[in-house]
Amino acid sequence: MDIYWEPVWLTLKLAGLTTIVLLVVGTPIAWWLARSRHWIRQPLAAIVALPLVLPPTVLGFYLLILLGPKGVVGQLTEQLGLGLLPFTFEGLVIASVIYSLPFTVQPLQNAFGTINEQLLEVASTLRASPRDRFFSIVIPLARPGFLTASVLTFAHTIGEFGVVLMIGGNIPGETKVLSVAIYDHVESLEYTQAHWLSAGMVVFSFAVLVTLYSLNGRLQSGLVK
Amino acid sequence: MPITGIQARFTCHVGTFTLDVDLNLPGSGLTALFGHSGCGKTTLLRCMAGLQASQGVMRVNGDEWQNENGADASTSRPVHQRPLAYVFQETSLFPHLSVKRNLMYGYRRIPQQERRISFDQAVEWLGLSQMLDRMPENLSGGERQRVAIARALLTSPRLLLMDEPLSALDQTSKREILPYLEALRDNLAIPILYVSHSTAEVARLADHIVMLDSGKVVAEGPLQAIMARTDQPFGLEEDAGVILDATLSEHDHQWHLFRADFAGGHFWLRADSGLTTGQDVRLQVLARDISLARSQQTDQSIQNVLPAVVDEVASEVAPGTSIVRLLAGSTPFLSRLTSRAVHTLEIAPGQPVWMQVKSVAIVD
Repeated sequence: MDIYWEPVWLTLKLAGLTTIVLLVVGTPIAWWLARSRHWIRQPLAAIVALPLVLPPTVLGFYLLILLGPKGVVGQLTEQLGLGLLPFTFEGLVIASVIYSLPFTVQPLQNAFGTINEQLLEVASTLRASPRDRFFSIVIPLARPGFLTASVLTFAHTIGEFGVVLMIGGNIPGETKVLSVAIYDHVESLEYTQAHWLSAGMVVFSFAVLVTLYSLNGRLQSGLVK
Repeated sequence: MPITGIQARFTCHVGTFTLDVDLNLPGSGLTALFGHSGCGKTTLLRCMAGLQASQGVMRVNGDEWQNENGADASTSRPVHQRPLAYVFQETSLFPHLSVKRNLMYGYRRIPQQERRISFDQAVEWLGLSQMLDRMPENLSGGERQRVAIARALLTSPRLLLMDEPLSALDQTSKREILPYLEALRDNLAIPILYVSHSTAEVARLADHIVMLDSGKVVAEGPLQAIMARTDQPFGLEEDAGVILDATLSEHDHQWHLFRADFAGGHFWLRADSGLTTGQDVRLQVLARDISLARSQQTDQSIQNVLPAVVDEVASEVAPGTSIVRLLAGSTPFLSRLTSRAVHTLEIAPGQPVWMQVKSVAIVD
C-alpha cells in the first residue's frame, strides 16, 4: 500500500508547506504591487508572472544550475553547511515556491487593489498604526483573496511535474511526488496503479475547486448581506 | 506663542495647486473653513491631520504635532499619533464590522486613563442604541454619518476635524444630523474645524470663520464680523448676508408673530412651531432682502423697517451692483443695491436711512 500512499503524503506535505511559505512571502509582495506607484512595479509584476508563461523545464533547468555546486546559491548553501539542495525535499519546496508564486500574488494583489484607500486613512485617524491597519482592516477585507490564493497555490503545487522532474528527480520518500509516480507507472506499463492515482487526482482537484467556488460565493454574499 | 488656540502654518503642493496658510484659530468652539470647491479647504484639513504631507507647523492648545522649521530638527507625528478625530465626507464605516465594533475600533485603541467620553455616552448623544448590532450596509446615509461621528468622538480627541460631513446626504438626513452637530458644538470642550461650502451650514453652526480662495486665506475672524464685511469675496453671492443673535421677547398671538430683539432694534418674525418666548435664536438677513429709503415709507407691505446709518459704500463690486454696509445701533447689516439706486438716492457714509427688511430667517 506504501507504493500509493508515500507519493500522496509527500505531495500533500510539499503543497502544504509551499502554500504556507508563499502566504508569508507573497503577501508583502502583493501588497506592494497593489499600492506602489514606483516605476519598478511593472518589471517586478512581470517577473512574478514569469512562471505562468515559461515551460516548467526552463524554470527547473535554471534552478538546477543556480542551486547546484557551481551555482551562486549552491555555493552559499554549501558554505552554510546546508549541503546542496537539488534532489532533496527542501530543494523541491524552493522550486515550488517560485513556480507557484503568481498563483498566490495575483489573487492577493487583486483583493488588495479593491480595498478603498480611505478606509485605511479612517483607521489611521482612529489611532491604528500601519501594521495594526493591515491586520485589522486589510486582511479581513481581503479574505476571499486569501482563500483563492491558498487553494490555487495548493492545487497548482500538487499538479506540478516538469520542475519536480528537473530538480527533484525521482527519489522515493524524498522527491517522488504524485505526478512523477504516475509517470513512472505509465512508463513501466503499470496501468492499474496509474489509474488509481490519476482518478484520485481528478476527484481531488474537482472537490477542491467546488469547495473554493462555494466558499467564495458565501464570503461575498456575506459581505453584501 | 499662545498656549491656547490652534496654530496652523502650512505650505503644501498637490499637482499644480499650492496651499499656503498661516492661521491662529480659537482653541474652542466651531471654526468653519469656507470656500468654493477647489479652494483648498479639504487639503488644509488633511494637512492638519497629517494625512497630506506638508511643510509647516501644527500646534493644538499647547501640544505640538508638527514642527518643520527648515534648519531645526524636523518633527512630524504620523496621523495615528495625533490626538484628533476626523469625520470624512463620504461614508467611511468599516464594512466588515458591525456598528458596535466600528464604534469600538478607535475606543479600544485609547488607553483607559485617556478616555474622556464613555461608550454609552457617545451612543446616547448620537442616538445609536437601536442599531448597535446592525451592519453598515443596512443603515441610511444619515445613520452612517452619525455612527462615524460617534466613532470619532470615542477616541476622546483634542481636535475634531469634519470634512463636509453633510454634503453627501439628502435634505432629510441633513435636517436629522444638524441638531446633533449643534449639541456637539455646545457640549464638547474641544475645538471643531468644519469644512463647508454651504453658507446655510456655516451660518447655523460656526462661531469663527476662515474663508479660503485658491489655497490662500482671504478673510478670517468671528463669523458675524466677517459676514458683515463689504469686501468679502463671497459678498456678491445670492446668499451673502449678515448673521446676528437675537432673543424672542414677545409673542403676538393675533398675527402669529414673534418679536426678536437684538442690539440696535427688533424684528417681527412669523411664529413657526417650536419657538418659545425667551429663546435665543440666530438670524440671517440676506443683503438682497434689504432695500433702503431716505424717508420712512408707511404705505408699503414690508413690516420690518428700521432706522440705520450708512457706514460704508462699496460701489461697483460687480457691474451695476453696489454693497452698502449699515449700522442699526451697533449691529451691522449689508444691503445689495444697484449702483444707479445708490447714485440716485445719494447714499454716502454717515447718512441716516430707513432699512426695509423683506425677509429674516432663523438659522439656528
